[in-house]
Amino acid sequence: MGKLKVKIDNRLIEVEQGTTILEAARKIDVNIPTLCYMNLGDMGIEHKPGGCRICVVEVEGRRNLAPSCATDCHDGMEVKTHSIRVLNARRTVMELMLSDHPFECLTCAKSGNCDLQSMAIKFGIRDIPYEGEKSTYKPDTSPAILRDVDKCIMCRRCETMCNDVQTVGVLSAIYRGFESVVAPAFERNLDHSECTYCGQCVAVCPTAALTEVDHTNQVLRALADPTKTVVVQTAPAVRAALGEEFGMKPGTLVTGKMVAALKQLEFDYVFDTDFAADLTIMEEGAEILDRLGKFLAGDKDVKLPILTSCCPGWVSFFEYHFPDMRDIPSTARSPQQMFGSIAKTWFAEKIKRDRKDMVVVSIMPCVAKKFECTREEFATDNNPDVDFSLSTRELANLIKRANIDFNKLPDEDFDKPMGESTGAAVIFGTTGGVIEAATRSAYEMYTKKTLDKVDFEQLRGMEGIREATVDFDGFSLKIGIAHGLGNARKLLEDIRAGKSEFHAIEIMACPGGCIGGGGQPLHHGNSAILKARQKAIYQEDSGKPIRKSHENPSIIKLYKEFLGEPLGEKAHHLLHTSYFDRGKEIVIEADVKEENR
Amino acid sequence: MHLLVCGGTGCHASASNQLLENLKKEVADKDLSGEVQVISTGCFGFCEKGPIVKIIPDNTFYTEVKPEDAPDIVAEHVIKGRQVKRLLYKDPVRKEVISDSRDMGFYKKQLRIALRNCGFINPENIDEYIAADGYEALGNVLADMTPEEATKVVMDSGLRGRGGGGFPTGLKWDIARKVEADQKYVVCNADEGDPGAFMDRSILEGDPHSVIEAMAINGYCIGADKGLVYIRAEYPLAIDRLKTALGQAREYGLLGEDILGTGFNFDIEIRYGAGAFVCGEETALIHSMEGHRGEPTFKPPFPAQSGYLGKPTNVNNVETFANIPVIYNKGAEWYASIGTEKSKGTKVFALAGKINNVGLIEVPMGTTLREVIFEIGGGIKNGKKFKAVQTGGPSGGCLTEKHLDTPIDFDNLLASGSMMGSGGMIVMDEDDCMVSVARFYLDFTVEESCGKCTPCRVGNKRLYELLDLISKGNGTHAELDKLRNLSEVIKDTSLCGLGQTSPNPVLSTMDNFWDEYLSHVDDQRCPAGQCKELIRYEVVEENCVGCTACARNCPVNCISGERKEVHFIEQSLCIKCGACFEKCKFNAISVS
Repeated sequence: MGKLKVKIDNRLIEVEQGTTILEAARKIDVNIPTLCYMNLGDMGIEHKPGGCRICVVEVEGRRNLAPSCATDCHDGMEVKTHSIRVLNARRTVMELMLSDHPFECLTCAKSGNCDLQSMAIKFGIRDIPYEGEKSTYKPDTSPAILRDVDKCIMCRRCETMCNDVQTVGVLSAIYRGFESVVAPAFERNLDHSECTYCGQCVAVCPTAALTEVDHTNQVLRALADPTKTVVVQTAPAVRAALGEEFGMKPGTLVTGKMVAALKQLEFDYVFDTDFAADLTIMEEGAEILDRLGKFLAGDKDVKLPILTSCCPGWVSFFEYHFPDMRDIPSTARSPQQMFGSIAKTWFAEKIKRDRKDMVVVSIMPCVAKKFECTREEFATDNNPDVDFSLSTRELANLIKRANIDFNKLPDEDFDKPMGESTGAAVIFGTTGGVIEAATRSAYEMYTKKTLDKVDFEQLRGMEGIREATVDFDGFSLKIGIAHGLGNARKLLEDIRAGKSEFHAIEIMACPGGCIGGGGQPLHHGNSAILKARQKAIYQEDSGKPIRKSHENPSIIKLYKEFLGEPLGEKAHHLLHTSYFDRGKEIVIEADVKEENR
Repeated sequence: MHLLVCGGTGCHASASNQLLENLKKEVADKDLSGEVQVISTGCFGFCEKGPIVKIIPDNTFYTEVKPEDAPDIVAEHVIKGRQVKRLLYKDPVRKEVISDSRDMGFYKKQLRIALRNCGFINPENIDEYIAADGYEALGNVLADMTPEEATKVVMDSGLRGRGGGGFPTGLKWDIARKVEADQKYVVCNADEGDPGAFMDRSILEGDPHSVIEAMAINGYCIGADKGLVYIRAEYPLAIDRLKTALGQAREYGLLGEDILGTGFNFDIEIRYGAGAFVCGEETALIHSMEGHRGEPTFKPPFPAQSGYLGKPTNVNNVETFANIPVIYNKGAEWYASIGTEKSKGTKVFALAGKINNVGLIEVPMGTTLREVIFEIGGGIKNGKKFKAVQTGGPSGGCLTEKHLDTPIDFDNLLASGSMMGSGGMIVMDEDDCMVSVARFYLDFTVEESCGKCTPCRVGNKRLYELLDLISKGNGTHAELDKLRNLSEVIKDTSLCGLGQTSPNPVLSTMDNFWDEYLSHVDDQRCPAGQCKELIRYEVVEENCVGCTACARNCPVNCISGERKEVHFIEQSLCIKCGACFEKCKFNAISVS
């Protein structure tokens, strides 16, 4: 089919059939403002409900204005993006939206990072001529996500993430007309829904209708308490994104500056979740080999594939949606929880502190980690292994509040022993990383040979579902990788149907893995940012002197001094967990009525 | 002899069922069952005067018949051949008694095509439909025509969609026909939602087979073997009759596999709507049928490309389908000879409001509003003055005296600032305040907006609030400016037809009754005396005779005064209900 000739603001452009007006305009740098529109290009997610009506333009010969995001170009089309009719309509729509929005900009969690606010500034809104009733709803606080849907502007991006991308199906529009809003069914609270707290809704919300629960004040209070020893751990994906909050280019590695900042914030020990990631590989790798060995020996009680279990959003997902298959994932706890468990036992003994006097804080690219650390099984005598989990965004906020000039900080190193880690641990931060790290160690354990090359390029990439075969000295290990829960669902359904041929599968709840986590700096739908973060992660890995988890000296020491063997009894108690059929936990109708009373 | 008893929902509610039973019993008791048949039919349309009993062959038309009138009708009319005078229709204008329905103003100017069988056949008996040429069109199409030829008939007829949009039906069929797909669907939109409109319900209640037959023809034309009727769950009688009809059609081999031995398969399922107005919009309707939230999506893709379950789907409303079999039976040329240049055939209207003959009527396109209101409708109630007529449902505009001689068709109504819609027609008299009327319709659209797009979700609410402010005397010229700007922006930017038309009542009343808006704003006065916040009831001392009628009827006891003395209204307590005004026989209560 031939190209279409389109005139936008009197400039001629040729575009392919199927190009929208918005895309065509962007090609010639005419930036039509958008609000509900979201395009996560490489992930194949384009959200264009045509609901906000901010992107309307005038099309010659058309009766009404056209939403540029959803209207395809046709040959000979003439478009005006800033005629007085368009500007007036756009402004009026903006005024309408603001007339039903709380005027709380000064105290709002998203102030300065809010798409609606930026748009109001761009349009030069100085007053709102339309006064009237505002729609109000009950606020909802869960362990991880805060819903303040008075601020919902019905862009429905969260709905696309929750339903189409993640297939979790918790958020959808409810009620009608002026009262309509996005919420769980029957306006239940999130903790009475099947929410996995993956936080992808939070990551795309243009306003503060959905935010993470803020734990920064609790952490500041712990830091100020002289009776507490405060230990911090930082997840691998944080160092590849934190710089963005301070104006750095996406993909800038800020490991050293981050450590320096945490020390300035007066954490007593600045450790690395990567240490626990290496530990995870020791346990999970051993488990893979154990299950694989038994399976190949014909043991009918052993099931394959084995699935990774470091992602708390993913764990909640299969507990809700595939409870019948909860014996398939690895029983290894996530690195965050392994860290907390070891910090409050082995390390506590080392520094001669009682676990009650220790506070373990984690810095995570994640929202679900906030929920994970509240799970009852991860506490001893009501004292949680990890006390508080902060998102990357919250850490940035803490640093700013403490008057630290992040960009000028010198690089500093993690403390020992729990700050020592390998390249294998760093790549936990991206999709494909956990399974690559496991492969590096499992290969050497299985074949008793040393790897010539530790990079398994076939496991890397950004496609939602990937598969690869790794030659284990004659045995072909079949590996599957999925990121985004919708993709995970497909692999799980294959397993349930007995169609899966994989031996091991890595699953991450968030598109891109942790680099695209719900707690990361907002990428506003720009997938180039995710790619830059991924590149940074692999860069950190290749720069590490040790790149295989089982060679981490501190890990070796930990097993020698304290744990004994991987999958041993102590490891079983401290580093493994079991899963629940959480579908049963969801409240029955009577409770919902009670709740809404 | 046939006694036709109206079995439509309106007459049903006035005990026509009992009337039917009583008539049957009387006939049986008098041993007349051999010669006299008592038949329950669909709606006659003259709902104002229901329940209706029509006697064939002499066309005697009895109105407001009660169950206890059955013995008189049988004893007098059936046996003795004497009309029961007290049940005959009395023309409100000419004050004369009319016995033959064909002489009644209400029916004289009507041409019933879509409603041809309503009030004529028993909708629960397929044989009666077949006797009235039913399923002949389907038979002929399947036997003698290719899908392309059959589609061309509808194209040539000039029929346009009766659901509101007025899109050429044949063209719509042709687009769906040309799309290649392994599965296609025919959908009948029976989600009638305009307040006061009930033509689709009446057709399904009175002539369900015409819709079934048309859907099957449509299925043959576009290559679909599945049909769905999306009908409001609040239409129990229509659903019942439709179900009965579907059962009979299957039994007769007119639905199902290998219809009439031609190898064509077609069957119909019923889907229930929960009464959301916006689900009458075809994309919203399809989403609702799929189990999704009933809200529209941007077109394209049109349902003909990607509709129900992503498959090509043709959606037409009930009235559109009801026209189809006749078009085949009498020919496209015949159909195209009725109506105006661009609007062919007839249109059914639901007449309501301050009009003498409330009911359902069908007239050729091109009939003027004056003919409809003053001849068929019998003029304005209580001799009041005509003020406006609102056509096209809640998002239509209000037309005035100056539009009365405009021939009604799709394009003329649009050009006058209103629209055809699904055919609601609400007549207003001098007592109606146009600001309140606009507010009333906005109240409806605010309630029925799905909430998807900003201008409709928030804008209509703000429009309502502005109108409310003005009707309470708190508006200024700034509010009038906002009202106009906002109305225009909502029309210009809304996603679907609901928002694109919802400001019509505001814009048309502002255009045609600007003075009334100014009175509310400048003088805090409601000329029609309707806006409660702006009116005051007072006793006209020189007229008051002290009859105490006002005081006795005041629900809040705010009127005092001794017998035969001038009364007094305590303004601080008055709720402006108007009871005193209505009860006073001496013009001693004034409204200001």
